[in-house]
Amino acid sequence: MIFGPGEPVRVVDDWPETRGPAHIRTPHYVRGRSGRVVRVLGWFPNPSDIAFGRHAPIRTLYHVAFPQRPIWNEGREGDEILIEIFEHWLEPEAG
Amino acid sequence: MDLSRDLDVPRAHHDLGGVSRYACRPIDTGKHELTAFDKQVDAIVSTLRAKGLMTVDELRRGIEALPEAEYHSLSYYERWLRSIVATLVRKGVITLDELQAVMK
Repeated sequence: MIFGPGEPVRVVDDWPETRGPAHIRTPHYVRGRSGRVVRVLGWFPNPSDIAFGRHAPIRTLYHVAFPQRPIWNEGREGDEILIEIFEHWLEPEAG
Repeated sequence: MDLSRDLDVPRAHHDLGGVSRYACRPIDTGKHELTAFDKQVDAIVSTLRAKGLMTVDELRRGIEALPEAEYHSLSYYERWLRSIVATLVRKGVITLDELQAVMK
């Protein structure tokens, strides 16, 4: 699944850290949150695999923007949080 | 400070972004002097990376695997050293016996 700039996406609401040792680059506070793809940052071996010395498939890394207020409950309207998120953490936003 | 941001989620203890307990503390923006120990640990990681024996991702994973109490009580580079040792022993680069022998 390839996303383009402006596309609405949702971060997968998954908690691998509850299932055993894991190295995760997706912060807890955006899991299950809706955002918007800003840009493709490039293609990198998946750090979750490198961290365990496993074969690391190449994944697309995106800049994804989230409205700040629903997450922090502070800030002004229009404030955003910009986060680097790998493709396997993103799914298309329904609707 | 609004505590509602502390989501009731099973986050890992190192995943601190936005956790108000930490956000409440003022950030120390003063200059941090590196100790000789800090520089040595940094040099060890540079050497291990150059030799292909360890990656930064493995270093981070090892730091995140520290028990919560130790994670918060150790210094930045003490965490690094704990991760280096655990990673090198796990990968068989060194053994605990070898480590104990040189520490005597």
